[in-house]
Amino acid sequence: MSSIKMRANAEGDVITVKALISHPMETGLRKDNAGKVIPADFIQEVSCEHNGVAVLTAQWGTAISKNPYLSFRFRGGKAGDTLKMSWKDNMGKTDSAESVIK
Amino acid sequence: MSIKRRIMLKGTLAAGAIGFVAGAGLLSPRAVFAAWSDSAFTATTSPEALKSLLGSDSLEDSGKIKIKAPDIAENGAVVPVSVTAELDGVESISILAEKNATPLTASFDLGPGAEPYVSTRIKMGKTANVVAVVKAGGKLYSAKKEVKVTIGGCGG
Repeated sequence: MSSIKMRANAEGDVITVKALISHPMETGLRKDNAGKVIPADFIQEVSCEHNGVAVLTAQWGTAISKNPYLSFRFRGGKAGDTLKMSWKDNMGKTDSAESVIK
Repeated sequence: MSIKRRIMLKGTLAAGAIGFVAGAGLLSPRAVFAAWSDSAFTATTSPEALKSLLGSDSLEDSGKIKIKAPDIAENGAVVPVSVTAELDGVESISILAEKNATPLTASFDLGPGAEPYVSTRIKMGKTANVVAVVKAGGKLYSAKKEVKVTIGGCGG
């Protein structure tokens, strides 16, 4: 199951994309109950592609909230097209998901 | 040299070449990521972060950048921030929380057709200005909005 829940809706010419990603986004500053530092574990790079072209790429730091929310808009797509969102974190983990524009 | 030996050697060479090329990351399909800027995200002041990320800390105030964020954040760990830039030729939108230990929170590069709008949620350590820096037409513009934080959200 993907960590990415994504919705994309066409409103006239403009596609609005909303995504919620499951990810701890640990800053590396917190300690657990035993007093040990919880290592930084956060998404660094995000990319959203439409027809193979990256319409948005992002760099994130530890200050993006846990279970990150992202919304953006673009023109040039239409209902029925596929969008692909991918992320990569500081640990090297990656995930991606596809969604059809409604 | 026998034909069989020549074919085997040729195959081994080709396999070796593919192995090298695959190892060099040239064959694997991958998403087009913006390379993560370590120095920008670990910078402890906004000007340093901006110089690292965008090559300059020279900002022009712009009333055409609208920041939507709460006046008072109930929870510093989850502060919703939306930035809209009514400017032409927007290339990127970056969001900083001025009093965070490392102010740069995120940077968004707009691809073809992308509207100058992003919305996300950030952590803020304490009451501070949220600053949006927009790169448009090669210049940097900015706007800011103060967000009061009662319970800080960085976990430090």
